[in-house]
This record gives sequence, structure tokens and C-alpha cells, in this order.
Amino acid sequence: MSTDAKRAPAPKRSDKGSPGNNGADATPQNDPAGTTPDLRRELLHSMLLQRRFEERCAEAYAMGKIGGFCHLYIGQEAISTGVMSMIRPDDYVITAYRDHGQALARGVSPRAVMAELFGRDTGCSGGKGGSMHIFDAKTNFLGGHGIVGGHVPIAAGVGFAIKYRRGNQVCVCFFGEAAVNIGAFHEALNLASLWDLPVVFIIENNRYGMGTAISRSTANEDVLIRAKGYRMDGESVDGQDVFAVREAMARAIERARKEKRPTLIEMKTYRFMGHSMSDAASGTYRTKDELEENMKRDPILVLHNKMFESGELTDGEMHKIDDEAKAIAQDAWDFADSSPEPPLEKLYTDVYADTSS
Amino acid sequence: MAVVTYRDALTQALREELQRDDRVFLMGEEVAQYNGAYKVSKGLLDEFGPMRIVDTPITELGFAGVGVGAAMVGLRPIVEFMTWNFALLAIDEVVNAAAKMLYMSGGQYKIPMVFRGPNGSALQLSAQHSQAWESWYSHIPGLKVCTPGTPADAKGLLKSAIRDDNPVVFLEGEMLYNTKGEVPDGEHIVPIGVAELKREGDHCSIITHGKMVLVAMKVADDLAKEGINIDVVDLRTVRPIDVEAIARSVQKTNRAVVLEEGWEICGMGSQVVDFIQRECFDDLDAPVLRVHQEDVPMPYAKNLERAAKPDAGKAIAAIRKVMYLD
Repeated sequence: MSTDAKRAPAPKRSDKGSPGNNGADATPQNDPAGTTPDLRRELLHSMLLQRRFEERCAEAYAMGKIGGFCHLYIGQEAISTGVMSMIRPDDYVITAYRDHGQALARGVSPRAVMAELFGRDTGCSGGKGGSMHIFDAKTNFLGGHGIVGGHVPIAAGVGFAIKYRRGNQVCVCFFGEAAVNIGAFHEALNLASLWDLPVVFIIENNRYGMGTAISRSTANEDVLIRAKGYRMDGESVDGQDVFAVREAMARAIERARKEKRPTLIEMKTYRFMGHSMSDAASGTYRTKDELEENMKRDPILVLHNKMFESGELTDGEMHKIDDEAKAIAQDAWDFADSSPEPPLEKLYTDVYADTSS
Repeated sequence: MAVVTYRDALTQALREELQRDDRVFLMGEEVAQYNGAYKVSKGLLDEFGPMRIVDTPITELGFAGVGVGAAMVGLRPIVEFMTWNFALLAIDEVVNAAAKMLYMSGGQYKIPMVFRGPNGSALQLSAQHSQAWESWYSHIPGLKVCTPGTPADAKGLLKSAIRDDNPVVFLEGEMLYNTKGEVPDGEHIVPIGVAELKREGDHCSIITHGKMVLVAMKVADDLAKEGINIDVVDLRTVRPIDVEAIARSVQKTNRAVVLEEGWEICGMGSQVVDFIQRECFDDLDAPVLRVHQEDVPMPYAKNLERAAKPDAGKAIAAIRKVMYLD
């Protein structure tokens, strides 16, 4: 485990905050629309950190410092930031393999994430997981999972455990739109609704499952309609607008905590990079024009423009936030690069727990 | 010691562990209202209620994953598969999720969980319902695999499995549920990974596990009448596997037959023979032979099914061969 001084200044969360609590003490959770400049600035910082961090990941991958599969989140940051800024520290998060941005937004140490990508002993998973398997028990970040759809029933299980203990946490589960065609998704949604489990299922619809457009993979492109099949509430929102994400989350979280009901949310987004580091951003399965058109709605730009137009953000301040993000990414790089590889004696540790109840 | 059925021994283990730890719950198809497809969970719904004895839809992948998720955050699920043949639909959750979670999280998330249900063939259930899965699961680092052959081992191993902080694949013999045996009174625990010498003899070793333990005992009885005395090594757990117990026996008898319910290629016997050639090369007086299911899907017709299965006759023939009696 990493000992890190520099954590991402993720959006502040309150242990007691709950949506719908309109008390005088505004918390990020009870202000989903983001009415205060401070909160907006935090959200902008969170998104910029993910962006700058992952740009360095691409650089490190090209240099051979990161190996294996590496799936970048660039273009989708409003979703991770919007969702994580609405949940509590004792809530749970589980996701697929495009997990760096979500981990950072959740507050997992940038140093520990980068060290994991570099395959170092100080990585959040001890260098045993890599890009696709970011885990962090301190922030209830239940992993990065590499089999499409495989973690969706696990999310239902976390919801089951919350219900079993009569807790009021929620479990947030992220996956791409391509996962809605796999059996695990359907089995999990059925169980979550049948058993009233407090899970928020989030489809990040970036329109491509690897290189296959949704029109080529999914008989009904309206993926939200799957909620109806399981008597589940759901909505579809603009995933490039962090406030739209937050407002949808506020409704889903309230439903989970108060009614113990799951929600399916489709967040419409677009990834600006290739599926992984091994394919180009455009040229084979989507055109450059399409990519450029979608990059006009860069989620960071959307928030930036809103803040700029309201006069609360100057170019100078924007540079300052950006420089902070770059500095954290650089610090994470330096930490990872100077960390030792896992010692060989750890090859055989963590295969089995040597404990019993 | 009371004489109880294999089924009741399992029920005792479940009841005792559900009483002992309120994080333990049982989930699966027909486990609650129906009292279990094989009645292993009979009476448990009444005693523990629907939050701890949970009926599921027919959705193996889904509820296996639910178990993994619940285990990740501190519960101790027992997931029952109505048969292990259906568990193939859930194997991603067993292999890719449960088995690897501790390792790929760098030790942060353990999975204290039992996957259990009947394994192997019964009678005339034909190809899709008659398979022994232990070699599949024992291949996977991160899993433990128990294959009890007697009521006492069924109870003692299930209690150990429920208390273990690792995912345990618990393979019950479908044809064993009605078999009877002595089970020690009071707290009875059998450690995972320890074989038992169920019969002692000097002439040959038969190494086996699960349902084939009963076949091996019959073989020992039959051969004793001819003055041939064999060791019956019951592995009880096939991962971890008790290599020392295998070696001890073979080093004494210098001859071995490995008996299993599954198929030949990459079967448990392949692994046991590998251990024997490494540990006992200089001790062997004959090649080690294997007895297993014929290399065909299980047929339905009675005569064909009988021909396909390993049995006492085939095992006796193998033993006579390694003793150069035929």
C-alpha cells in the first residue's frame, strides 16, 4: 500500500450528507446543480486531474513504463466526477476495466494508481492487478474488472450485503453500453429489482464496444428500455454535463437510500481515445469528423465555458487549476517511477488468505 | 457416534455454522421453501428466515456473482448449485472473480465463500447431468476443492469450508446423499487438505476421492477375501492435495491405482500420477494405472451407462494388473 501525502483533492464528501437534505450547511451532495463557485471549481479540478493524469499514462505507455492493456477514460470524466461527488465515503464503487478516472474521482491516491500502472510494489493493488484491476479498500473501490459484465452481479451482491445488514449505503456500478447485451447484466438487474437492492447501475454509453458501433451490436439502441424489462426506474442523461450527471445521481441515490430500489442510468458520452492504447482514436470504425464533432462537447470544456461565461473563472485561474492537476500527475509519475518492483517473494502471496473465521 | 446420512451430515454442518456466525447465509435455487432440491437445506428456512436462506431464480451466473459481491464486503455466503452441471453458467464468477479477487487486489479483498452442490453422475441422467468437475476447479489457484466421500467427512469438511476465508468449491456426491456412516458427536471439523487412509494394506495403494471412495472400499473388501490387502487413500480434498499421504502409501506398497469419476485427459488422476512419479520413482514396482470414466459423454441406456462408468470390477482388474496377477 502506498503512503502518499498528495491525494487528489477530490470533491469533498460529507459522512452525513444525503440528497434532499436542504439544510443551511450546503454539502456537495445536497447541491447537485452545483450552485456555488467553490463546488464547481472542485468538479473542474477533479475532471482536469483525470485528464492530465491519463495523458501522462499514454506517454508512459508509449515509453514502455506501462504494459498490458490500458484503456483511457478521456472524454468521459464528467461521469466519474459527477457520480463520485454525490456519494458518501461509506458507499461502494465497482467498475469495469476503464477504471483510472473513476478511481481518481473516488479519491484513490494518484500515486498508488500510477504505481499500479507501472507495476510497482507501491501500487494500489501491489502491482498484481495493473490498469484493469485498480482496487482500494480505503475508499471502498471494489475494483476494476476485466470481463465485460462480470462485475454487474457482484454489484448486486454488494447491494445484497447492504440490505442484509440493514445499512443505507449504495453501491454504484459502472459499465459500458456493450455490456447490456451480456447475460450477466440481465441476471443482475433482475435480481437487484426482485430483491430491492440499493444499487445504481450506470451505463456509460460511449457508442462503441471496442470497435463495434452500438448500431451493429444492439437490436434496440435505446438501452434504457432494459430498465423497464426489470421493473426498474431509470433515466437517460447527458454524460458530458457534470451537473446533469449529479442531478440524475441525486434521484437514484435518494431512491436507493429511502426506497431501497435500484436505478439504471444511461449516461450518453463519447471516448476521445481509442478503445485501448493499441488502436487509433479514429480511422477504422469511426471517422475523424465524428470524433472532432464530439470533442466539441468535451466535458471539461462544457464546465469551463459555463464558469467562464458566468465570470467566476478567469484564464489565469483556469491555468492555476490545470497546473495543480499537472503537478499531481507529475508527482504520481515520479513516485511510481522511483518505486521498487514487487519483490519476487510476493509472487506467491495473496493467492490464499491464511485466515479463517 | 451417531449413524447419519451424508445428507443429514451436511444439514448439520449448515445449521451449526448458520447458528455460529450470522454473516453466513445460504442462497440458491429451491433452497428455502422447497427445502432444497436434494433436501440438504430441509428446515433451515423455518429456523433462520428468508434473509439467510434465500431462494433464487434460475440464474446461476447472477447469484454466484451476488455471493462474490457479498463476500467482498464481509458476508460469508454459501451458494448452492442445484447441480454442478448448472454451475458451468456461473464459472466466470467462480474462476475469474472469486478465485482471483484476493490476488489481483493485492490482498485487499478476500472471498470467504462456499460454492456447493451435487457433483458427478447419478443414474440414467445422461450427458448433460452426469459429470465430475473436480479437475476443472482444482486447476485454478485461489480455489480450494473439497470432495467428501463419507458423512463424517461431508460434515467436517463443510464446516471447515464455511469458516475458511477463501472460496471453496464443495463437491458433494449426488449418489451419496442417502449413504450412511458414523459421524462424531459434537463439534466435528475435518481440516482442508488432509487425506485419510481409510483402509490399510501392504499390497497396493488405491488413491481416490469423492463418490469413488465407496467403490474403493468395496474393492478392498473383495480383494481381502483373496488375501490381497490394499491401502485406500481418500484424498478428501483435491486442492490443496495431500501429496505426503499419497507418497507415504505408495512408498509402502510400491504399487498404485488411481480411481476417479471423471474423464481421463487432464483428470485428477493425471496429477496424482505426476506426484507419484516425482516422489516415488524408485519405489515403484509397476507402472501406475488409472481407472476413470470412459472417454465418452455419459450415455442414457442402462447397459451403456454401466459400461461408461468406473466401477469395482475395473478397479480390481487394474490392481491385479499392477500386481502382475493377470
